Amino acid sequence: MKALCWNGINKLNVERVPDPSILNPGDAIVRVTMSSVCGSDLHLLDGYVPAMREGDIIGHEFMGEVVEVGPEVTKLKKGDRVVVGSVLGCGGCEFCQTDQWSLCDNSNTHPEILEKAYGYAGAGIFGYSHAFGGYAGSHAEYIRVPYADTGSFKVPEGIKDESAVFTSDAFPTGYMAADMCGIEPGDTVVVWGAGGVGQMAMQSAWLLGAGRVIAIDRFPERLAMAKLYAKAEVLNYEEVDILEALREMTGGRGPDRCIDAVGMEAHTTGVEQYYDRAKQAVRLQTDRPAVLRQAIMACRKGGTISIVGVYGGLLDKFPMGAAMNKALTFRMGQMFAQKYIPKLLDIVADGQVDPAYLLTHKWSLDQGPEGYKMFKEKTDNCMRVVFAP
Amino acid sequence: MDTFNTKLSELLNTAHINPPLTGSSQINVGTTERIISALGGALLTYYGLKKLDTAGIAMAVAGGALLFRGATGYCPVNEVAGRDTADSESILIQITRSLTIRKPRAEVYQYWRRLENLPNFMEHLQDVRQLGPKRSHWVAKVPGGVGTVEWDADIIQEEENTLLAWQSLPNSTIDNAGEVRFMDAPQDRGTVVQAIISYRPPVGSVGGLAAKMMNPLFEQMVQEDLRRFKRLLETGEIPIIEGQPSGRTSKNY
Repeated sequence: MKALCWNGINKLNVERVPDPSILNPGDAIVRVTMSSVCGSDLHLLDGYVPAMREGDIIGHEFMGEVVEVGPEVTKLKKGDRVVVGSVLGCGGCEFCQTDQWSLCDNSNTHPEILEKAYGYAGAGIFGYSHAFGGYAGSHAEYIRVPYADTGSFKVPEGIKDESAVFTSDAFPTGYMAADMCGIEPGDTVVVWGAGGVGQMAMQSAWLLGAGRVIAIDRFPERLAMAKLYAKAEVLNYEEVDILEALREMTGGRGPDRCIDAVGMEAHTTGVEQYYDRAKQAVRLQTDRPAVLRQAIMACRKGGTISIVGVYGGLLDKFPMGAAMNKALTFRMGQMFAQKYIPKLLDIVADGQVDPAYLLTHKWSLDQGPEGYKMFKEKTDNCMRVVFAP
Repeated sequence: MDTFNTKLSELLNTAHINPPLTGSSQINVGTTERIISALGGALLTYYGLKKLDTAGIAMAVAGGALLFRGATGYCPVNEVAGRDTADSESILIQITRSLTIRKPRAEVYQYWRRLENLPNFMEHLQDVRQLGPKRSHWVAKVPGGVGTVEWDADIIQEEENTLLAWQSLPNSTIDNAGEVRFMDAPQDRGTVVQAIISYRPPVGSVGGLAAKMMNPLFEQMVQEDLRRFKRLLETGEIPIIEGQPSGRTSKNY
């Protein structure tokens, strides 16, 4: 079959690889019908996620049709149209059974790698390096889905592929970001990053009772989409001083809930950007936390910072004093796909949110490398490229 | 004996689990030490090559040297150092690892107590056979396919659903002993399994040094064996990626 393989920093190739097969009794094989790029893939491309190996198939946000099931699979059958969560959960450990699926004890094949860096390791993730299990990703014609019963969800008839595919990752991640905020009716919620996950976080903030949603980015077309589809007020950080703008927009109090949907490769303006890039380049810090710093400064006293943008390692110049003395609450994590996907499929089926507007480019898998280049450089008003192999 | 942490042992109450001082730790026969060298060397080489960074390559080189020593029985270090085997102070190595398994204590205990099950999750065990109510025969693979080592062991203490302790018979290839404890985890989290494995490596400065070098690998081995046990009980399978597609032509995943 055809697959998009990572062959080094910013080196992607479409290659012919063997078809996947059932390796464990709980596996299924899914024929991929749609597979989306994700901002977190850019960290792989740029070399900030260690334990990638040449030849790894990337991609983790996908849907498709079940073509084969292992002997222990009970809920799925051949022909089912399913969306699959990007994070693998075994279903049997303490964390899966308490709905904290990305903390699964068992799905990571090589937890010893992350245990050295983090103390304890999280779940495996499709196509996201050997630190997260080394599972082959979804930018391919077929994919092996371990723990198929827990991670795959049948898509209701009325939902089209273009909407369903984003309930694999972007929507549950955004929804969890808003959920972790603990939004009280009428709260002002600010979302840094108006990409796929940020857009879904804005939509979810409304669903959870926000009184006001503010989006921050620097790409006018993304801000325009946030305004049009997510009914957000928008701020371009290249045009206004964010701290001052947020203070004035909230009567001098600051926003109640702040969501970081950007993560470790944050971009900012002025000296701070050069400082962070230089330190990251020589590995004195692994992550550039510009958004996080700004969110901590902007947040009202006693407010909440919710982090779903991906961080990998160590931060520098982290304003802990501000966070402590303002009594901020921090919530964060890789998303709990299996907890949220059924609810989100209902929300999409009801027409409350239609994530299909994230899909700006539907391309063939053969155009994988060009797709990622466009997504990274954000040319042609690209929000999400989705490959239909 | 810096590999035996007295303070930790007091805290965890594991000091009594010591193997007898009889076999390889008291004699200085070439074969035993060669097997240990080959085993450790293969382990080091395996993990080293798997990592493939600077530390990994250093491990692989050290592993290669040990493998050579094991395979040929010739050790240049010994020759230069004029190795002192008269100083036969015994070294005791003790490894303690705990994991929590979300299954009832009786189920966890029963699976382990059926010793024939152990090779299902202990990667380096090839076969365990129950010879009588207390006695069992163990066959372990030497990593790298060099061969096998075998020994007999006795269960010396058994409390149903609570504790299982064993000891190798006198004059085994490797003197070893162990205890596995099964406890209810708090807040209905299942069962805590605590494994304490202790063994005496062969005498002499080189044998002791090799054992200390290998100790982290043995600790990792115990950890990974326990983890496979947990995964097997909680999900019925052990996650793997060997055999899945990739753009690599070699079979090395």
